[in-house]
Amino acid sequence: MYSQKVMEHFMNPRNVGSLDEANGVGEVGNAVCGDIMHIEIEVEDNIIQDIKFKTFGCAAAIATSSMVTEMVKGKTLEEAERITNRTVAEALDGLPPIKMHCSNLAADALHEAIKDYMARQEKS
Amino acid sequence: MREIYMDHSATTPVDREAFEAMIPYYTNEYGNPSSVHAKGRAARKALEKARDQVAALINADSREIFFTSGGTEADNQAIISYMLSNAARGNHLITSAIEHHAVLETCEYLRKNGFELTVLPVNSLGIVEPEVLRKAIRPETALVTIMHANNEIGTVQPIEELAAITHEFGAVFHTDAVQTAGKLPIDVKRMGIDMLSISSHKLHGPKGAGCLYLKKGTKAGNILYGGPQESKKRAGTENIPGIVGFGQAAELAAGRMTETSEYLNRLATKLREGIMADIPHTIPTGSLDNRVPGSVSVCFEFVEGESILLMLDSYGVMASSGSACTSGSLEPSHVLLAIGLPHETAHGSLRLTLGKDNTEEDVDFVLEILPKIIGNLRKMSPLSGKGGSN
Ligand SMILES: Cc1ncc(COP(=O)(O)O)c(C=O)c1O
Repeated sequence: MYSQKVMEHFMNPRNVGSLDEANGVGEVGNAVCGDIMHIEIEVEDNIIQDIKFKTFGCAAAIATSSMVTEMVKGKTLEEAERITNRTVAEALDGLPPIKMHCSNLAADALHEAIKDYMARQEKS
Repeated sequence: MREIYMDHSATTPVDREAFEAMIPYYTNEYGNPSSVHAKGRAARKALEKARDQVAALINADSREIFFTSGGTEADNQAIISYMLSNAARGNHLITSAIEHHAVLETCEYLRKNGFELTVLPVNSLGIVEPEVLRKAIRPETALVTIMHANNEIGTVQPIEELAAITHEFGAVFHTDAVQTAGKLPIDVKRMGIDMLSISSHKLHGPKGAGCLYLKKGTKAGNILYGGPQESKKRAGTENIPGIVGFGQAAELAAGRMTETSEYLNRLATKLREGIMADIPHTIPTGSLDNRVPGSVSVCFEFVEGESILLMLDSYGVMASSGSACTSGSLEPSHVLLAIGLPHETAHGSLRLTLGKDNTEEDVDFVLEILPKIIGNLRKMSPLSGKGGSN
């Protein structure tokens, strides 16, 4: 039911963990519905220098998290903001329809992390 | 890669002997048992032999066995036809919160069509406490349907007590014995069962066959109308090869029951205890004392069931889960919620159901890889807490 790309990212997820130097953190989902995605970014000179994730959820949740970290590492914040849940799913050669909704929130978590980074910049 | 099948509650491989018994009815003996000629008579003979074999498994009379297409149809027939045939007696029926969908959805269908339904809660082990039934049952209760053992958490119900209470109030007792037939001794007479459902493919028979036991005198009827097959209780030309395989599998299961259940209990205990010892934050589900042989069910905190299944599958180990992602809905299994588990715990469910062909090496292999799999998924989980647990 999953594409080869989804399975590949699920079995070998990239960028798992957390960052000591994170300056933006985003989290979406909740344990009740069965998916939580937590993303940490380290931004410098408007560029996402490093990114890590932790995810509780099914294979689709883990694969989309892994994919989104790979897609935005080294990219500018503007480029990262243009990434949507849909483009993440497309990069994975699609997801089963039932997974499009609940397990495809990785881009949202990324956007939350960027928002957090912006808010921190404004404060300092 | 070696295949380790540990999903016998979902379905089982067909016994070689049962399969071989079926072959002639696909090839030379293709007759219709309703026909008068030689091929028809041969099919009729095979049908009646299978009926005897299945009846013997549950200490029923052969005339009390009505073949169906499986467990789902037997459940539907018992519940729908009994309620429709006994509307004058009462329009109230009782079931439990942990029934298979084949029962729950059927009861729900009746409720939507004007019947009154009570769904009994279960305790944290998944047991329907007899006193809870006693409080819910009423003079207008016509039917109580409570499964013999649950397919997800393995708990076996106190059927005799539940049936006795049902009879005190003049109602009829049905049980879905799909998960126990061929695994635990069933004596419909001693246990006081009026109607009982069995599915062939859960006891090493072929898919697409099953039966409904109707105690002599029980006023239940059809849900399929047409020809006079199965003493006019189930229309449609009989699935002779399937029924022959079912009968043979039932006889084989009866013959090896004691030995197999001891073996499965031993393997399952080793598996469960190994898991509990090696993987922290693990919650066993269901009753440990009253359990289907070979069933191990647990919930791992901080991880999700589908991920566990796919990781196990990558090692050739086949199991199942009651998590939302595997149920095809957004909710974890109704059984896990009914025993009081919070959603986040229920999402981490894993069910390993062993069969007679599993070996001690299979169990050892799972005990070797499962702690690693859970450990890796927990390292990835934001719920595991700082530093992760395990
Ligand atoms: C408890 C229970 N009842 C009923 C069924 C349905 O049986 P069948 O697949 O033969 O329709 C199953 C099998 O999934 C089951 O586990």
